[in-house]
Amino acid sequence: MSEPILRLEGVSKTFGGLKALTDVSFALEPGEVVGLIGPNGAGKTTLVNVVTGNLPPSSGSILFEGKDVATQKPYEAARRGLARTFQIVQPFPQMTVLENVTAGALFGGGAGSVGDARDMARESLEFVGLAPLADRPAAQLALAARKRLELAKSLAMDPKVLMLDEVNAGLNSSEIDGALALIRRIAERGVTVLIIEHLMKVVLSLSKRLLVLHHGRLIADGPSAEIVADERVIEAYLGHKFAARLKERHHG
Amino acid sequence: MKSGPLAYALLAAGLLVLASTPLWADNYVVRTAAIVAMYGALATSWNFIGGFTGYPSFSTAAFFGLGCYVGAICQHAGVPMMLAWLVATLMVGAFACLLGAIILRLRGHYFAIGSIAVVEVCRLVVSSWSSLTGGGDGLNLPLLTWAPEQVMRFFLFVMLGILVLSLIATALVDRARLGFGLRCIHQNEDAAAMVGINTTLYKVAAYTLSAVFCAAAGAAYASWTGYIDPTESFQILMTVKVPVMAMLGGAGTLAGPFLGAAAFVLLEEVFWANFLDWNRAILGVVIVLLVFFLPGGLLSLARKAKAKANSANSGSGGAA
Repeated sequence: MSEPILRLEGVSKTFGGLKALTDVSFALEPGEVVGLIGPNGAGKTTLVNVVTGNLPPSSGSILFEGKDVATQKPYEAARRGLARTFQIVQPFPQMTVLENVTAGALFGGGAGSVGDARDMARESLEFVGLAPLADRPAAQLALAARKRLELAKSLAMDPKVLMLDEVNAGLNSSEIDGALALIRRIAERGVTVLIIEHLMKVVLSLSKRLLVLHHGRLIADGPSAEIVADERVIEAYLGHKFAARLKERHHG
Repeated sequence: MKSGPLAYALLAAGLLVLASTPLWADNYVVRTAAIVAMYGALATSWNFIGGFTGYPSFSTAAFFGLGCYVGAICQHAGVPMMLAWLVATLMVGAFACLLGAIILRLRGHYFAIGSIAVVEVCRLVVSSWSSLTGGGDGLNLPLLTWAPEQVMRFFLFVMLGILVLSLIATALVDRARLGFGLRCIHQNEDAAAMVGINTTLYKVAAYTLSAVFCAAAGAAYASWTGYIDPTESFQILMTVKVPVMAMLGGAGTLAGPFLGAAAFVLLEEVFWANFLDWNRAILGVVIVLLVFFLPGGLLSLARKAKAKANSANSGSGGAA
């Protein structure tokens, strides 16, 4: 295997007495699509925030392409190629869809001029299928289109690692199918993708490998098929009692 | 927030009218034109931080007042007038750069309060530091020994020059990466950082740009009036008036702040001349009405009219 593109070693994050992340370690290989799952409050979004410099880790190291980036600022992460989308979409509301994506290309994607950035933006709008809405103000878009806009903006930044924080939350099932196809095409470009998701359908259909976070600890890391059968994972999601009952039924 | 051809036409017409006043009007009108140009430059400067970046800065009077004092102290020390203005501009620019790195960590109302405190702190320091600034007695500057009309005309063109420079800077920033980034920060600062904008650096640049033209105008104003004191140089009223002017014309646009300043100064003159006791109250009411009914500023009227015409056109086109 090649050198991991992103490696976390013993990363912890505490807020006062609250341990949001405890000793999290894992590595992503270039081009991999990995799912990160866990119940509400497990620390999934905190993990993304720590990796992209929105929050400094309390301890541990984050290596991106072999370089320790634990103390980076969010804009530095963006320029390095560590892009993310937000669970709650963050557009520039009064700007057009095209301008939104142009911002990504200009500042994160290393475009030489505003004109070049606009061309790159058009390409990524084409890629996500938002080209017909290019001149609409971002605030006018419906939720599914806004999530696509987030993706287009991240793509225009030419990311090496893309972290998708619940890009499918709030979408209906046909919209989810569209988003899945899109994420698959992004992965085909060679972008390493970390999908943070509640919907098992989404995670299982995209990623061969799963990470499971529970109470801020990484409790499982392995092939998807094994992980979903893992007792600890079922317990984390369904509670101890139900997991035990489920096990009895399987054995009985 | 693009400026349309109408805005450019109004801008060019406004500048021409101001520049031509010595040809067709008396000294009072020329003086008013110089005041319009000065406030135009102040409002256009404020536009960098307040209009583009969306940070409600009330530091204008601090930069203006410091500009007055640095220019005056330099002239006292024997520095030629124009060079003194340049020194004032550079020193206040450096001051804004350092100060911005500190107070731009605040956002929203906190930033507004912080920026207004800067004015008071500057005023207090200047009035206490008597050995350098003359304290409450103020400072006298060498007066120009030309005829009054000549002096008036000279300072009209100086203020117009500063205004034009600030407008050119605005047009350049508007087209460049900096302007784009500042507008992103205005819309959503966290998202701006996430697309790779060094938000701190950009905000400091905007704050510094908002200071340099104020300092130049302040230094020139000091030479013009020949006497400055702390209360006159660091007016809280000025610090509030300038953002109002910019918003009156249209914050975030190229021509808006200048047109707003022109409208404001003219209204002020009219009310002052005709309603001596009530002018502030009437002006206040006018401002409140404008903010309520015309939040996008005077320039938004033109944009609305254009949008209406367009929709009427496309409507008939669709029916055909």
